[in-house]
Amino acid sequence: MAGKPKLHYTCGRGKMESIRWLLAAAGVEFEEQFIEKNEHLEKLRKDGDLLFQQVPMVEIDGMKMVQTRAILSYIAGKYNLYGKDLKERAWIDMYVEGTTDLMGLIMQLPLQSAEMREKNLALIIERAKTRYFPVYEKALKDHGHDYLVGNKFSWADIHLLEAILMVEECKPDILSAFPQLQAFKGRISNIPTIKKFLQPGSQRKPPADDKYIANVRKIFNI
Amino acid sequence: MRYLFSASYFPGIQKLSSMSGKPRLTYINGRGRMEPVRWLLAAAGVEFEENFVETKEQLEKLIKGGDLLFQQVPMVEIDGMKMVQTRAILSYIAGKYNLYGKDLKERALIDMYVEGITDLMQMVMMFPFTPAEAKAKNLASIEEKATKRYFPVFEKILKQHGQDFLVGNRLSWADVQLLEAILAVEEKVPAVLSGFPQLQAFKTKMSNVPTIKKFLQPGSARKPPPDENYVALVMSIFNLS
Repeated sequence: MAGKPKLHYTCGRGKMESIRWLLAAAGVEFEEQFIEKNEHLEKLRKDGDLLFQQVPMVEIDGMKMVQTRAILSYIAGKYNLYGKDLKERAWIDMYVEGTTDLMGLIMQLPLQSAEMREKNLALIIERAKTRYFPVYEKALKDHGHDYLVGNKFSWADIHLLEAILMVEECKPDILSAFPQLQAFKGRISNIPTIKKFLQPGSQRKPPADDKYIANVRKIFNI
Repeated sequence: MRYLFSASYFPGIQKLSSMSGKPRLTYINGRGRMEPVRWLLAAAGVEFEENFVETKEQLEKLIKGGDLLFQQVPMVEIDGMKMVQTRAILSYIAGKYNLYGKDLKERALIDMYVEGITDLMQMVMMFPFTPAEAKAKNLASIEEKATKRYFPVFEKILKQHGQDFLVGNRLSWADVQLLEAILAVEEKVPAVLSGFPQLQAFKTKMSNVPTIKKFLQPGSARKPPPDENYVALVMSIFNLS
């Protein structure tokens, strides 16, 4: 019964977006069941579908997987996007953890007060420019390959593209001092599966707006 | 032969200890984010060295020297890499020392369990830095999450398969992480396992695994619970207010 993976989450980016990116990049079709009300979440919990009572949850290969990183690691491993050996996996993990930290900062913005948001936006831009992007810029420059690890397309590349686009939504010219990343962005965006995902009508979700956030607060009681 | 290994022969190498072959951990002399790494190496029977960051200047020197990929610690020198990011480090160690299951699906279970435990441990790790007024509330939250969200999951898993270990009837990273979490929460909430007989048995069995038993004895690399001195040290090194 190898059905399509089924994603359980709200109809927005949040913690599920990286999973949508990865599946899409791997060329894997998936279904989505959107949590629109608190009752939907409570039903999943009551039915015992959420190991730690949280979403994201992805039904895949007979498992009801939870915990974003566990889900992403499984997909990466299954679809050969995790390097060829332990050391390549280590590098992919390190790079992904970096972009996760950066995107984690951005993910919190819509939930913050206007004052905190302004402060954190400045922090995000600073971190992107001085802590994160220089690392990937250097990695690409040093080895001169198209992809971050092992001269082969991997999870790290997909995650980095997602992060670049997310930061660009905060500051459109963020890549102005990063020529390698500009070229990288162009290349990865043109990979057929990713190009498709970037087109309107795909399962990619838009940035959070006030209406979405208001609903998220209601669903999760925050 | 000795000159081949002298520091002057390899420009840029500051210390010889990373040439001993043992992993070398760079962090503060305290638990923090490095403690799960110490646990996992110890459980795997791997000897390691530690390089303690004691001042802000030392941290800045590490950053300037380009040793920290994202300018942060933990950092672990292992197999020619300067690894950063706790999860990446732990995954590598687990994979290398066969504590990561036998296939992708077992790895998925281990990852799920570890991530859940990490969420609980995050609360415990942050607790010493909570302002005094919020401490009672945070403690209650830790107890609630442990007894309602996390421990019941592992209690049920152990009951259902009746095996000694969480995944694949074999010691894995998930077991080591769970034991660490149980002990850490017990330090704050001593009777926390009272409703969990499977976890009580698990705790005993795991504590008697020879490598872990050794780690739990005085004189091991295990760090004590954080106290005010530790908190003050962290605040000064990382410029927290």
